[in-house]
Amino acid sequence: MRFKFIIPLLLFTGVVTALGVGLTLKPGDLPSMMINKEVPEFDLPPLLDRERGLASSDLAGEVRLVNFFASWCIACRAEHPLLNRINKQGIVPVYGINYKDKPEDAKAWLDRLGDPYSRSGADVPGRVGIDWGVYGLPETFIVDRESRIVYRHIGAISAADLDDCILPVIETLRASALAATSISLPSFCQRTNRQFDLKSNLQTKS
Amino acid sequence: MRPQLIATIVVAAALLVMSPPPAQAILAGEALDDPVLEARARDIGKGLRCLVCQNQSIDDSNATLAKDLRRLVRERLVAGDSNQAVEDYIVERYGDYVLLKPPFKPITYALWLGPGLMLLIAGTGVVLFLRRQRPAAEAPLDDDERRRLDSLLDDD
Repeated sequence: MRFKFIIPLLLFTGVVTALGVGLTLKPGDLPSMMINKEVPEFDLPPLLDRERGLASSDLAGEVRLVNFFASWCIACRAEHPLLNRINKQGIVPVYGINYKDKPEDAKAWLDRLGDPYSRSGADVPGRVGIDWGVYGLPETFIVDRESRIVYRHIGAISAADLDDCILPVIETLRASALAATSISLPSFCQRTNRQFDLKSNLQTKS
Repeated sequence: MRPQLIATIVVAAALLVMSPPPAQAILAGEALDDPVLEARARDIGKGLRCLVCQNQSIDDSNATLAKDLRRLVRERLVAGDSNQAVEDYIVERYGDYVLLKPPFKPITYALWLGPGLMLLIAGTGVVLFLRRQRPAAEAPLDDDERRRLDSLLDDD
């Protein structure tokens, strides 16, 4: 066989291609088990000095973001100005769940940096976080009108994440009359995001 | 015995004795009073991945999430859940990834069967290669060589 020499070359090319594709994936981002499921049942007390808490029943009726945050989480600070902008411009209501935080720390944090949350609740024991499958802050969920979880974003939201993934998903959800059982996500949602290169596990209190 | 050898053995033995016990992050006060339930909790905890430090079990990790999951496991056990039910409860929230031993199902066939398959392919390759390398049967000795061999053997 004259072209036998090409077999190792083909094998090599195949392996390199597979490894190359692997480099663009985000193995640190675990797939959420909650996608297309209704939000887990919860009823959280309000944050310190706030009137209303947050319960799962508050999540129906409108497309919303649910953002898990804490004052000890560095990446949460990075995305905070963006959440403030979303709130100020009325792009989409953001509901906050303050995860495993000291009540007074959370209050001081929101007082200083601004409170972007239309509603918020305090999950001091972290049990609601476990029910949502949260493993590293910040995590942001898109919840549809039927209070189903459509998408989970792990780590700080960058402006590009907002424009090219989160907003298009929200638009699709708002546009669909029927509750979409599963919508196709923009390809940007799956892309490696190097904007905030802090690994989500570094952002978790340990 | 040479002194160096003795010294080596003594040092090796000392290191063995002084080696730390396997890491355990379970704090006093976390453990259940009931030794049977606690043993079951340890059994489950050993098999659950801490999602923060992704290659440690929740029993080995100091992360707060691991601590919360340890507490959750114990609560479920006290409430009367079976080991399987506790595992299912956590898998429902975090996915199969939380299990340190991945389950055997279509999506993990490549993972479980891949190494065996590779070994089989490599083994077959080696066998085929060696077969091809086997030299042709040796030519029998001619009369002259036989005579010389006999005389050499008869020397004794």
